[in-house]
Amino acid sequence: MRKRNRITVLAFVLLCIGVIAGCSSTKASDSEKGKAKQETEPIMAVGSSALQPLVEAAAQQYSEKNPGSVINVQGGGSGTGLSKISEGAVDIGNSDIFAEEKEGVDASNLVDHKVAVVGMGPVSHPETGVEDITSEELIGIFTGEIKNWKELGGVDQEIIVINRAKGSGTRATFETFALQGKEPIDAQEQDSSGTVRKIVGETPGAISYLAFSYFDHTTTALKVNGVTPNRTSVESNEWEIWAYQHMYTNGEAKGLAKELIEYMLSEEVQEVLLPEMGYLPVTGMQVERDAEGTVTKK
Amino acid sequence: MAKMIKEMEHPLYRKSNKMRMERFGKWLTFLSVALTAAITAAILFLVFSKGLSTFITNEGSVKDFFTGTTWNPAEVNSLGKPIIGALPFLVGSIAVTGISALLSAPLAIGAAIFMSEIAPRTGKRIMQPVIELLVGIPSVVYGFIGLTVVVPLLRDLFPGSGFGIAAGTIVLSVMILPTVTSLALDAIQSVPRSLREASLALGSTRWQMICKVVLKTAKPGLMMAIIFGMARAFGEALAVQMVIGNASVIPHSLFEPASTVTSILTMGMGYTVMGQVENNALWSLALVLLLMSLFFTITVRMIGKGKNS
Repeated sequence: MRKRNRITVLAFVLLCIGVIAGCSSTKASDSEKGKAKQETEPIMAVGSSALQPLVEAAAQQYSEKNPGSVINVQGGGSGTGLSKISEGAVDIGNSDIFAEEKEGVDASNLVDHKVAVVGMGPVSHPETGVEDITSEELIGIFTGEIKNWKELGGVDQEIIVINRAKGSGTRATFETFALQGKEPIDAQEQDSSGTVRKIVGETPGAISYLAFSYFDHTTTALKVNGVTPNRTSVESNEWEIWAYQHMYTNGEAKGLAKELIEYMLSEEVQEVLLPEMGYLPVTGMQVERDAEGTVTKK
Repeated sequence: MAKMIKEMEHPLYRKSNKMRMERFGKWLTFLSVALTAAITAAILFLVFSKGLSTFITNEGSVKDFFTGTTWNPAEVNSLGKPIIGALPFLVGSIAVTGISALLSAPLAIGAAIFMSEIAPRTGKRIMQPVIELLVGIPSVVYGFIGLTVVVPLLRDLFPGSGFGIAAGTIVLSVMILPTVTSLALDAIQSVPRSLREASLALGSTRWQMICKVVLKTAKPGLMMAIIFGMARAFGEALAVQMVIGNASVIPHSLFEPASTVTSILTMGMGYTVMGQVENNALWSLALVLLLMSLFFTITVRMIGKGKNS
């Protein structure tokens, strides 16, 4: 009996060691595999949760085509992505915002790779009776001056403002380009776009903002100044509420990081994968915007 | 010399297997304790050093932190100090914790009395598994139920969007109910049988016995149960974050969006950069949480000591 116990313990310990060794030896076995094809070091991309699903999907496609390349993608938010890349702790830092816009991040060494564009727009509960508003009205709503939908020609219903969390990339973009830098009132804050969509769809009188990829029939995507939020209006900058999705590298990109970024910019990702996942191709943009928000024609 | 070696090889000189096992076991348990202690010390050190740096490195004012009502650590006020008014979150956390303890305590104690005094057999066989089942439900599920059931219900019954302290309280009360119930049950069951018998022998009814003898004797244990529940409620983040609305203002009613320390903490962490004021301010909130949970633990210990002496 005792002997058997000991054997079980031994087997368990061996199993543990095996698992640990298995986990840590991926690097070794990968480089062995890599020798046959190409020499690649595993890389790590961290940051923006908005960009995460896209990078994950692209990395998976890339790995299928190039066996042996290991790309780890993690979320954690734009702040995390930018701070990790400026420390040099990761290979790629994903961010919704320009590194120059984030305080405490030394942007001088970072190289910006814009891989996609995300359009955002105000959404409201479907039964407000309002579908088109002006940017002044939008500012009025979010700064608390307009409190009822009937002031905008809708139904008699109190406006319930829902914000994203402070520091969220979507919120920063919306404040800069839709509210023209004005600070919204202290209202409800929600952490994720999914929750925001659910709440706006279910709460009468609610208004918030979402990325285009989250638009669906449960909410009404409002037109601003008569412009419909879609790919064409973003590409011509007629719809101004959009942001680049950045992949930052510390110094010029090299090795697998470089290849991944090149792959992200290739036609098959830009024209197929991106629209499928609700992002807009950066290659289609007719304008260019810098960190200060200055727009130039391409 | 040769003889000596031979003597040393004698079985009585060798360490026996059992002795070795004993030694091994001692070391193993000591290492576990040391590791646990080290982890605790490391966590305390990290949270304290990070949490205090808001006040030391970034020169935030402690008074502002506990009395200010505006939370915007990214910016500085006219004195050049970061705006770190955490009062709305503290009020929210305390309100949510307090009210949910008030709601769940009578329910839990009632259930415990039923299970131990009134119908011990059905109670044990049906009620206990049902209540224990509640423990296993992940908090995100509670949050989602709160979002789909409680919030719309409150929206229909009361003015406002339904998000607020009331919704948070309802969700939390259900969440801490099993903890409080099972601890209250333990407390009631630990009342000696002789006390019950003596009380009945003096001619009291069952109700008098429960009220005046069992509950009175179990009082410290019941208090402990409630405080454990409050500790859980204070630290719960996810479920509350989903239903409370997370507005950093002090609400005027229970049906207006509010926020708790935990909800602000979990929402903000991913968006800040390590070492920046925003990040440090969140660590200060974490420090408050840690101190609160220490406070709860110490209170429980003190009550426990009072019970024994």
